[in-house]
Amino acid sequence: MSLSLEQVQRIAHLARIEISETEATTTQGHLNGIFQLIEQMQAVDTRGIEPMAHAQDVAQRLRADAVTEGDRRAAFQAVAPETEAGLYLVPKVIE
Amino acid sequence: MNQWEVVIGIETHAQLATVSKIFSGAATAFGGAPNTQACAVDLALPGVLPVLNRKAVDCAIRFGLSIGAEVAQKSVFARKNYFYPDLPKGYQISQFELPVVQGGAITVQVGSGDKAYEKTIRLTRAHLEEDAGKSLHEDFHGKSGIDLNRAGTPLLEIVSEPDMRSSDEAVAYARALHALVQWIGICDGNMQEGSFRCDANVSVRRPGAPFGTRREIKNLNSFRFLKEAIDFEVQWQINEIEEGRAIQQATVLFDPDSGETRMMRSKEDAHDYRYFPDPDLLPLVISDDWIARVRGELPELPGQMRQRFIDDLGLSAYDAAILTASQEMANYFESTVAVAGKANAKPCANWVMVDLAARLNKEGKVLAESPVAAAQLAGLIQRIADNTISNNIAKKVFEALWNGEGASADEIIEKQGLKQITDSGAIEALVDEVLAANAANVAEFRAGKEKAFNALVGQVMKVAKGKANPQQVNDLLRKKLAG
Repeated sequence: MSLSLEQVQRIAHLARIEISETEATTTQGHLNGIFQLIEQMQAVDTRGIEPMAHAQDVAQRLRADAVTEGDRRAAFQAVAPETEAGLYLVPKVIE
Repeated sequence: MNQWEVVIGIETHAQLATVSKIFSGAATAFGGAPNTQACAVDLALPGVLPVLNRKAVDCAIRFGLSIGAEVAQKSVFARKNYFYPDLPKGYQISQFELPVVQGGAITVQVGSGDKAYEKTIRLTRAHLEEDAGKSLHEDFHGKSGIDLNRAGTPLLEIVSEPDMRSSDEAVAYARALHALVQWIGICDGNMQEGSFRCDANVSVRRPGAPFGTRREIKNLNSFRFLKEAIDFEVQWQINEIEEGRAIQQATVLFDPDSGETRMMRSKEDAHDYRYFPDPDLLPLVISDDWIARVRGELPELPGQMRQRFIDDLGLSAYDAAILTASQEMANYFESTVAVAGKANAKPCANWVMVDLAARLNKEGKVLAESPVAAAQLAGLIQRIADNTISNNIAKKVFEALWNGEGASADEIIEKQGLKQITDSGAIEALVDEVLAANAANVAEFRAGKEKAFNALVGQVMKVAKGKANPQQVNDLLRKKLAG
């Protein structure tokens, strides 16, 4: 399987990443290289093997339900481009 | 309308009753100043990792067990990718292929009185996920303000099968689910604060035909809006089809002011979420021991309590269903019966479901605000049972209790002289007085007019100021008129 240039551009749009025609072509090459790798792996017979959701065969660690993080808004907002009334300001997006 | 069948499935987001977020140690309390409860994990700062909250998993197990579902021994968290400023990571952590709760069902009571019927709604799944932040679009000189306090709040998304066939069934299901999540203590059920919100998938079809194309109504946060939105949407879809236009799959919003639904996005620009297992989180493994422990901690469930009311207290299935529709109602009823006695369970049920409910409804109050406590109501019911007062006088005593005219039914009966006259000598005197004064009625009755008898009973009760025992009055009158 390989990706078309249109598919690369659609993925870039979904992730809101702006790419030029040249970058799209380069990226298409990289991504198709990865697909070739996957195709090689698919040659391995995996019948009867349960798929794993993670590379490590261990279970999720859990934490107790307790508030351990206090208010650090001032520190976090010190590096934000724009804030007002405690809110982060971003270009207007209305769905 | 008969030739169209409505098909409804509901997705519900229930906010879980934890103090901290699902993947971070920030607080989940409602109403904090913007961004004071958003930590580095919620802000998606580089290098942070999510760690799952055990209590959120506990809640999911509780829910699964309470609806007879399968609790998955192994479930997987996935990334649901979409771009929006109140979702700083660029993806929501959710569950996709392997949710924590699979299957299950809820039996609901639809309608009331003679038209009431029971229906079992099957559930597809319930999965754990995190909530997004909040975008504020006004007052920021053309920009949007982002509050991430809600980002990372634990949610259980509960998905039903498309088993509902009317807006009434949809509301009955949503109400039953709302009562259940509060009953088992996993969600505070506060709909104003968004702790419980529903999306309705609605389509119409000819009976027996395959499912029609559905439209999804998003974010309904009251039962009234749920009903209004579905009713509008159904009529809109029927009109479209009858006018020859096909329904396009779409997401719509309900505007409570206009009572209409309007399109938010069509299928063409629907999200492509590109789900994949989140490499930051390992599979969630739930042991049999854990499930057994949660099972042991579960309270008596609405369905079990309902059966007990039928078996032990002799209530009808309908009464038992109404009384277990919410935990407050069930507790109030049980407290009333505890004082009034099991033998009075049926009058207790009637007083709670009819008289008290009507009075609360009239004042726009909920049960928790009732000025009449369960023990006070039970005291009143006992006095009816032992013939101290008649049903009619009881309504007066209830009103007096409601208005705080006394601490108990006994006190009010005593103070206001409402005790029923059961002394046969006294009643006989009243009957004689009325017979003497109403010769015309007596003659009519003797001429065969049964109505005249009722008039005479009414006269005696009037003279007795309602306090004479009605049965004794009846018996004595019959005897005297026959003699």
